[in-house]
Amino acid sequence: MADPKPKPRHHWIVRATHWVNVVALTIMAASGLRIFNAYPKFARRGESFCCWPWEGTPIPAWLTFGGWLAGARTWHFAMMWVLALNGLVYLGFVYLHGEWRDLVPRRRDPRDAWEMVRFYLFVRADHPRQGKHNALQKGVYFAFPIIGALAVLTGLAIWKPVSLGWITSLFGGYAWARYWHFVVMLTLVAMSVAHVFMVFAVDPQSLRSMTTGGYDESRSPEALDARPFHRRRDPVMKISRPAPPSPVMAGSGGEGREMEIAGDRSEPGARDADGATAVIEDDPREEGR
Amino acid sequence: MTMDRRRFLALGGLSLSAMMLEACNSQGPAGAKGILRWFERRNEGVERFLTSHTRIDAAESGKLAGRAMPSYFVSPRVPVWDAAARGPWALEVSGAVSRPLRLTLEDLAKLPSVTQRVNHYCVEGWEAVTQLTGVRVSTLARLAGARPDAGYVDFQSFDSGYHESWDLESATHPQTIVAYAREGRFLNPAYGAPARVHSPVKLGYKNTKYPTKIVFLPARNGGYWSDRGYEWYGGP
Repeated sequence: MADPKPKPRHHWIVRATHWVNVVALTIMAASGLRIFNAYPKFARRGESFCCWPWEGTPIPAWLTFGGWLAGARTWHFAMMWVLALNGLVYLGFVYLHGEWRDLVPRRRDPRDAWEMVRFYLFVRADHPRQGKHNALQKGVYFAFPIIGALAVLTGLAIWKPVSLGWITSLFGGYAWARYWHFVVMLTLVAMSVAHVFMVFAVDPQSLRSMTTGGYDESRSPEALDARPFHRRRDPVMKISRPAPPSPVMAGSGGEGREMEIAGDRSEPGARDADGATAVIEDDPREEGR
Repeated sequence: MTMDRRRFLALGGLSLSAMMLEACNSQGPAGAKGILRWFERRNEGVERFLTSHTRIDAAESGKLAGRAMPSYFVSPRVPVWDAAARGPWALEVSGAVSRPLRLTLEDLAKLPSVTQRVNHYCVEGWEAVTQLTGVRVSTLARLAGARPDAGYVDFQSFDSGYHESWDLESATHPQTIVAYAREGRFLNPAYGAPARVHSPVKLGYKNTKYPTKIVFLPARNGGYWSDRGYEWYGGP
């Protein structure tokens, strides 16, 4: 089963757009915070704003980028094209090349997500079966472009409140659009921070898979029952464990991606030993789990 | 082999970020200036495309800003027209026009006026709703006979040489006016007396206060803040 040149876990376009996204999103958030600091409130002049408890409190300067308002604005209005174009390239590729199958929500995702929560909280001992991503990951990766699109729309609403006034009124007027733009940014930042935390705490290998593409499935979080800073199995030892109630397919990757987990397990029933080539139908995993 | 590549990437990444940190002050690497300028010109194309005389600012309901409207000028003290030394204030409409005008405040007040409730968008991110009365710049352009080659308008002031030049499309937008009254009263010196340019289709800094000259030009003429790093177009 040893393939001399295994297929990369992520296509190079996915990897390239990921890192462009890291740079562009960081600059967008930091320059946006510098712009916010020029007027660190949401209230229209002469009025108060209901829904922001820190009206008037600026963001610490070390979190901002651009140096001064004009600098931050030129960065923000340049990088917005990079970010949007990069997002379109990614979405277009994912759509045309089939990777969307790993990301689009399935009917049993909520239940799988709940099982992941139970696993992370040590309520359940073994890692739930998953495809390329676990259900929580999938949810975040699927939501990211949607929230990104909201960032673009709310951004247009406050960049062009007259020329594109219909978008501004869609979000409840200028002050509210500015507020939603901020909230959307906070959401994207929170998701990114959680994402980076999970990379280092659960699956550091994914850093490699996102740069060179290499990934050892026998050391995936699923194979090691890995939680943040905690894993139940040691990657180098081959440990057998009792077979689960029913055989389950391991892979759900699109495009006939081959999962090679089975080769590392001494227990033949743990995973499908036939290489588990998973071709996605509506639900990749079989029933009765 | 893999270790080598991994180490190469790690070292490369580290040295790259070190280089970037070195080249960066808080304004970013100096080499990016040209790229940012290029993006600004591209943005201007998009913004001019989006601007139209039929896209009208609709001020939201709620009370007017009143005294909560910040006052702003670049001189060390509130600029006040010294009529004793300079004679009565007048607004000159000149440049690429066939009939140059010179309008006193009385002349201005006699011209057909509009009273509009509009948003004021500041570059800092705040917005105020206010009501202004004045004469449309398009009216002045018609009276002065602006020539077809005049694609730009420079609004100059007696506030320490403050000025900002605009594209003609925005300057002749129906909501662009030379205002002499705000919320029912003549302007006071802090808000630009005796008059000020105002439009919701330009950010606050483009709206020259204390104007003395409206000059129609075949080419743009920068501006106080546009020359200091803010976008020349500056239009919401």
